[in-house]
Amino acid sequence: MTGRRLPSGGRIDRSKPLRFSFGGRELDAFEGDTLASALTANGVDVVCRSPILGRPRGVYSAGVEEPCAFVAVEAPHPDPIVAATMVEVVDGLVARGAPGVGRLTEALPAPRRTEHRYRHVELLVVGSGDDGLSLAEETASGGGRALVVEQEPRLAGAGFAWQPGDVEVLTRATAFGLYEDGYTLVLERSRPVECLWHVRAKQVVLATGAHVRPVAFADNDRPGVMLAGAVRRSVREFGVLPGERAVVFTTNAGAYGDAHALQEAGAEVVAIVDVRPDARLPDDLEGVTLLAGWSVEGTEGDPRIEAALAIGPGGDRRTIACDLLVVSGGFSPALQLWRAIGGGLRYDETLACFLPDGEAPPWLRVVGAAAGDLPSSVPYWYSPAEDYSRHFVDFQRDQTVADVLAAVDGGLRSVEHVKRATYIGTAIDQGRTSAILTAEIVNGRLGWGPGAQGPSSSRPPYTPVPFSALAGPYRGSRLDATRRTPIHGWHVARGAVFENVGQWKRPWYFPRDGESMHDAVSRECLAVRTGVGVMDASTLGKIEVVGPDAGTFLDRMYTNAISTLAVGRIRYGLMLGLDGMAFDDGVVMRLAPDRFLATTTTGGAAKVLDRFEEWLQTEWPDLRVYCTSVTEQWATIAVAGPRAREVLAVAGTDVDLAQESFPFMTFREGTFAGVPARIARVSFSGELAFEINVSGLDGLAAWEAVTAAGEPLGIEPYGTEAMHVLRAEKGFAIVGQETDGTVTPHDLGMSWIVDESKGDFVGRRSLRRADLVRPDRKQLVGLLTVDKKMLPEGAQIVREDTGRIPMPMAGHVTSSYWSPILDRSIALAMVERGRELLGETVYAPLPGGTAAATVTDPVFYDKENARRDG
Amino acid sequence: MLLIECPWCGPRDEIEFRYGGQAGIACPADPDALSDEAWADYLFMRDNPKGWWTERWVHTAGCRRWFNAERNTATYERGRTYPIGVPEENP
Repeated sequence: MTGRRLPSGGRIDRSKPLRFSFGGRELDAFEGDTLASALTANGVDVVCRSPILGRPRGVYSAGVEEPCAFVAVEAPHPDPIVAATMVEVVDGLVARGAPGVGRLTEALPAPRRTEHRYRHVELLVVGSGDDGLSLAEETASGGGRALVVEQEPRLAGAGFAWQPGDVEVLTRATAFGLYEDGYTLVLERSRPVECLWHVRAKQVVLATGAHVRPVAFADNDRPGVMLAGAVRRSVREFGVLPGERAVVFTTNAGAYGDAHALQEAGAEVVAIVDVRPDARLPDDLEGVTLLAGWSVEGTEGDPRIEAALAIGPGGDRRTIACDLLVVSGGFSPALQLWRAIGGGLRYDETLACFLPDGEAPPWLRVVGAAAGDLPSSVPYWYSPAEDYSRHFVDFQRDQTVADVLAAVDGGLRSVEHVKRATYIGTAIDQGRTSAILTAEIVNGRLGWGPGAQGPSSSRPPYTPVPFSALAGPYRGSRLDATRRTPIHGWHVARGAVFENVGQWKRPWYFPRDGESMHDAVSRECLAVRTGVGVMDASTLGKIEVVGPDAGTFLDRMYTNAISTLAVGRIRYGLMLGLDGMAFDDGVVMRLAPDRFLATTTTGGAAKVLDRFEEWLQTEWPDLRVYCTSVTEQWATIAVAGPRAREVLAVAGTDVDLAQESFPFMTFREGTFAGVPARIARVSFSGELAFEINVSGLDGLAAWEAVTAAGEPLGIEPYGTEAMHVLRAEKGFAIVGQETDGTVTPHDLGMSWIVDESKGDFVGRRSLRRADLVRPDRKQLVGLLTVDKKMLPEGAQIVREDTGRIPMPMAGHVTSSYWSPILDRSIALAMVERGRELLGETVYAPLPGGTAAATVTDPVFYDKENARRDG
Repeated sequence: MLLIECPWCGPRDEIEFRYGGQAGIACPADPDALSDEAWADYLFMRDNPKGWWTERWVHTAGCRRWFNAERNTATYERGRTYPIGVPEENP
């Protein structure tokens, strides 16, 4: 005989029959069934095969601790592998047995929908037993917000009648992670939208209960062997009788309740095998055979159990025919969350289990069975035998007592090592039924007493959490903010290829029909060098630094003097870390005596503002300075090339553009194309250039005015790639490309910008550290390959190609481009003693052969700066 | 995730803050007067106690103010949080 549905009883809804499919068979269930209870009701003994040994496995438990019955769900909500005890039957459910390892379906299922929700409560209770519910009610009746989360579909305590009242209750909701200050992550497996709850609770109560622990004996994985508690639950909750002739094997009185439930449901309890010599039958089980001091050493049957093999204290053996073997080796309080937050464990000899030890954080309490409100038990972990190779400890990993003993005999002592040698506790059930068994087998083998060493550590998540739940709705374009300039739409319409710079989308290049990237970038570069180009520079960071002490402050932040800048003028500035390494750079404009505008690199804007504020608040609170990010308030349009001045004139501005009245590194306020503008003479290409700054709201109009005015002149929009080529031709280093946090201004050949005479600035003292004045530091140089071909960025440079690996490495290539105006490749590199090597040949050993290159000054084009005034 | 008591905004989730390391490390008034060793000690060396210490946080996603916070590195207990400039006083 096998399991069957009882004619009455249980908390299932018999008025709502369901049809589902398992392994191709159409089967019946009722609403409220789990797949495990429905399979048992339909007499399905073998749910799946074990992953390594291929042994038949059936339903072993009734909950989250299930180590045997794993299934793959195909419909309606695909899941590659899940315990059958955790699957609720719905009409049309399609599932099949799955060996212990899941397989993703070939066809990508529709993404699960997940929401993230947030709750702040006075009390969070994890688990819905009576202890937890009464605490929640107490809080709620006092006007506090109380939340109860229960991982099962129904509440565990208070029978059927309990009304939540003012208590908020989540079922199918597993608290899988517990963190500091009552921060708890809860996965609610609701459909079709699953929900990840972020709960912050003033008080957390762990009423997580306890799991019944198995005992290991030969063939203890045979279908028809079930944990106590699960048998009782099968009868009382699902109205399913898992067997007709039962043997109970126990170390404690807790399993007697299962015997009672079986009898009540009409099954025969053939015998109770209790390892305690002094065990007594309770009154309600009178007439049942009690074998006190006996144990079960094995089972028979194929595939389902047909007999339990019992052995007495004197060595007498008895074969007891049965179709169900109920096992209880005591209880393991579910303390995974307690331990994840750093809680300790102590061994309790009366209960033969581990309980919370030490002081809890003031916001945390453990109650009920989890805190030790349990029947007493004796320490009994596995039945003695000659051969332990079929005494299963971790069913899903197919690991036995023999495997644990072999690990200990091989020299391992720590349960953490044994876990990693055997993989016990690493499967879906995370050692809920195997971790303590393993620890005690190790303790015993080493001659240590019970509890000498506790189970291996537990970390979140308590139960599997789909990545889709962690991601929630924050996927694809919603993963992070996307920042677009006011001119973005124009770039899209023009067919720009974009690159991501931090959160910004920047045009990389603007290909014409069928044009390669190389051709597009060359065309854009030549337009700037020979005619005129326009670039959207709105992403550059902009920070207004305002106050009577703003100049003093900036003098301390930059390597050069800023306070001496006249209103209307611009100065390039470099910032260092405290360690003397290049940190960020940009130009600073003096808008008024007490008002500066500092620009930063696109990617550096946030960290520069952070740094300004940190120094002002923590070191110089006496300075009267405010910093405001204005990056998004301005659109910045760079017009560059020998004909740039003509473009601005045609577009219309009241600013006098003549060289004499508007020299390099100054700015003017006025109008441009009818809107207020601040126009700056700065250049990142070496060509005559104007940066037109207008309100972000006017950005697109100003851009279109530039392109319209420039059209007769052949103006080309250019992207970041052309910008990089143009600056590399001029030998301008980019912080973050030429530098990597180990490069000083002296290394960059920028000693001219370090003004030691103006007083202290961030990083100044470090520039004199012994390591930073070594003569053999890497220095910025140019490299020109002998064969004019490109070097890959990142290529290592050696002084001599010995042909033998390793070769002493002398540096690396930081930037490498094709220069259209020079019609050859150019590269920037950081090379040891580089400036002493000008004119010498160095080598880059590459997979295709070694490239030879001549060391040059980093400025490849217009060394005399003859072009910047047009 | 810690619940951090910002002295200006009240208790907020840790994700709103950025950590700033050990508190009370003032930038030397006259760096030139320091030996390389003393300067390197300021730059790179920090305490790493088991137990109470004082650390800096900044409420980056809130008021953007820096403050000091007392924390027990072994137990995660928190003491006072207070604006920078208030003298240290370990519990």
